[in-house]
Amino acid sequence: MRKMTKGEKIFNVFNVLILLALVLVTLYPVLYVIFVSFSEPMKFMKNTESFLLGPVGFSLKSYEFVFKYGTIWSGYLNTIFVVVVGTSINMVLTIGAAYVLSRRQLGARKFLTVAILFTRYFSGGLIPSFLIVRNIGLMNSLWALILPVAVNTFNLVIMRTAFDGVPESMEESAKLDGANQLTILVKIMVPLVIPTIAVLILYYGVYHWNSWFNAHLYIRKRNKYPLQLILRELIIQNSSANDVGLSSDDDAFLSETIKYSTIVISTIPILLLYPFLQKYFVKGVMVGAVKG
Amino acid sequence: MAQKEDFEQSITQTAEPKKKKSDRKSDRFSLALDFRRNTELYFIFIPVLLYYLFFHYFPMYGAVIAFKDFAPSRGIAGSQWVGFKHFISFFSSYYFWPLIRNTLVLSISNLVFGFPAPVILAILINELRSKSYARVVQTATYLPHFISLVVICGMIVQFTRDNGWITHLLTLFGMPRQTMLNNKDLFVPIYVISGIWQESGWGSIIYLAALAGIDQDLYEAAEIDGANQFQKILHISLPGILPTIVILFIMRVGRIMSMGAEKVILIYNAAIYDTADIISSYVYRRGIIGTDWSFSTAVGLFNSLVNFILVISVNTLSRRLTEMSLW
Repeated sequence: MRKMTKGEKIFNVFNVLILLALVLVTLYPVLYVIFVSFSEPMKFMKNTESFLLGPVGFSLKSYEFVFKYGTIWSGYLNTIFVVVVGTSINMVLTIGAAYVLSRRQLGARKFLTVAILFTRYFSGGLIPSFLIVRNIGLMNSLWALILPVAVNTFNLVIMRTAFDGVPESMEESAKLDGANQLTILVKIMVPLVIPTIAVLILYYGVYHWNSWFNAHLYIRKRNKYPLQLILRELIIQNSSANDVGLSSDDDAFLSETIKYSTIVISTIPILLLYPFLQKYFVKGVMVGAVKG
Repeated sequence: MAQKEDFEQSITQTAEPKKKKSDRKSDRFSLALDFRRNTELYFIFIPVLLYYLFFHYFPMYGAVIAFKDFAPSRGIAGSQWVGFKHFISFFSSYYFWPLIRNTLVLSISNLVFGFPAPVILAILINELRSKSYARVVQTATYLPHFISLVVICGMIVQFTRDNGWITHLLTLFGMPRQTMLNNKDLFVPIYVISGIWQESGWGSIIYLAALAGIDQDLYEAAEIDGANQFQKILHISLPGILPTIVILFIMRVGRIMSMGAEKVILIYNAAIYDTADIISSYVYRRGIIGTDWSFSTAVGLFNSLVNFILVISVNTLSRRLTEMSLW
């Protein structure tokens, strides 16, 4: 390789430094949340403005309180229910529909594809959807967070692209053996597209874990709140931890640090899994990019 | 439902030539025949068909309440027709132009500042010599994409309060101490900058993939010709990812009026509606909170139509001008 010129050397040094600065700027707000969550509540109250390089004092008090009070646990259970049941339904429907839409022998294939893609560009709007969900009695039901988003059109396209890539000969030979379509799908096709399935499970799972708007629309009873709604009350509407049922009156000074501990507790599953699953997420972007 | 029939027609027409090529006896699409041939496929598809009909097409029908005075007790069909009353009252209302302006200002600021960020980030990452350092940068910058919007907005709200650390940092540079989100001039910058912070890393993935696809011989040939690093970026990297840039830009421009309400609802407050309220958040407030069903549906439907027309026109224009399009 040829020698770098002086200008290029300087560029490379600056590039490394600029990106280092970007990494720090990106991570700092997240680190700040973690620092505060482990801080001594009283000390943090006097120090909310400082630029922290570590917890102020060290205390697990706010975690103790978050763990002790029930709301966060019911939120956790509700969220886990929606993630598990929602993602399962998402996957069964997405795989089935994508397989059907990838079959060339299906005459209605193009019509169905256009009819589905059309919904990405035109919708009846927020209000009619809301009224329909309300009318079928899903208010205050966790199913309201699952059924209206049972299939994501973008993910469906990713899945169909994966099936399109499977050679037709695979299906032909199975047909000669007398297998029906469902058997072909489950026994032959699904094993061939496992990587895409993994990507979509992650996409749907993270979506359900993080989503709040449907819950905000349809869930009014506190014992049905998923995590994100509890978080919203606590950290955005600035309710005191007491209102949300996280602490008792005599611990008023805890209310600030409790917010941060709750963020950490409800985000930790994603933060822990993310580094290991990153490559799958990235893969999904690539597949999705081919046919948006 | 008329739309559906239109589709059926256009599909039967476009699908015809294909079938002529195949060995089918009839060259007209017949649902009955197709069903008999592919019964199993149809059955697998039924749940998904029902989902789209019920949760996507039925609300399109439900949007007719924009032309009625909807009363929940009477239902959609039983409510009184009122024609364009709600549209006229929206167009002539005090809120119409401010809402359009706010939506455009927010959306265009987001596009102008938010769009180049991932392109630049991808080019910088691509220029790194150390692949392991590049991976560290990628892992760190993708991370905020996975944090929930509620937590992101909670961080924004907490950090920009009058005693938050970001506010404090900015007072050192001369900004008066204030709860930043109560200042209507700061809403757009806060929205856009936090968006860049959260999504630039994730957005860079697609450009990194495009950069990786550029023929390495081009760089070697340029080196032999004496090109320096900047010239290589300018004359090889950028043109190499230009198609990707163009297509993503088209998608963004087509969606310029379709700003979602979620993030706005999470961080705005009544003190800054002047600049922060956009069409979708207004629909939410008038409809869900104010239960002004027909009026808010009319506003939403107007917005949907504008979006649809925009996407179609931008796509057509781009196909004419650049031969690149989404479909």
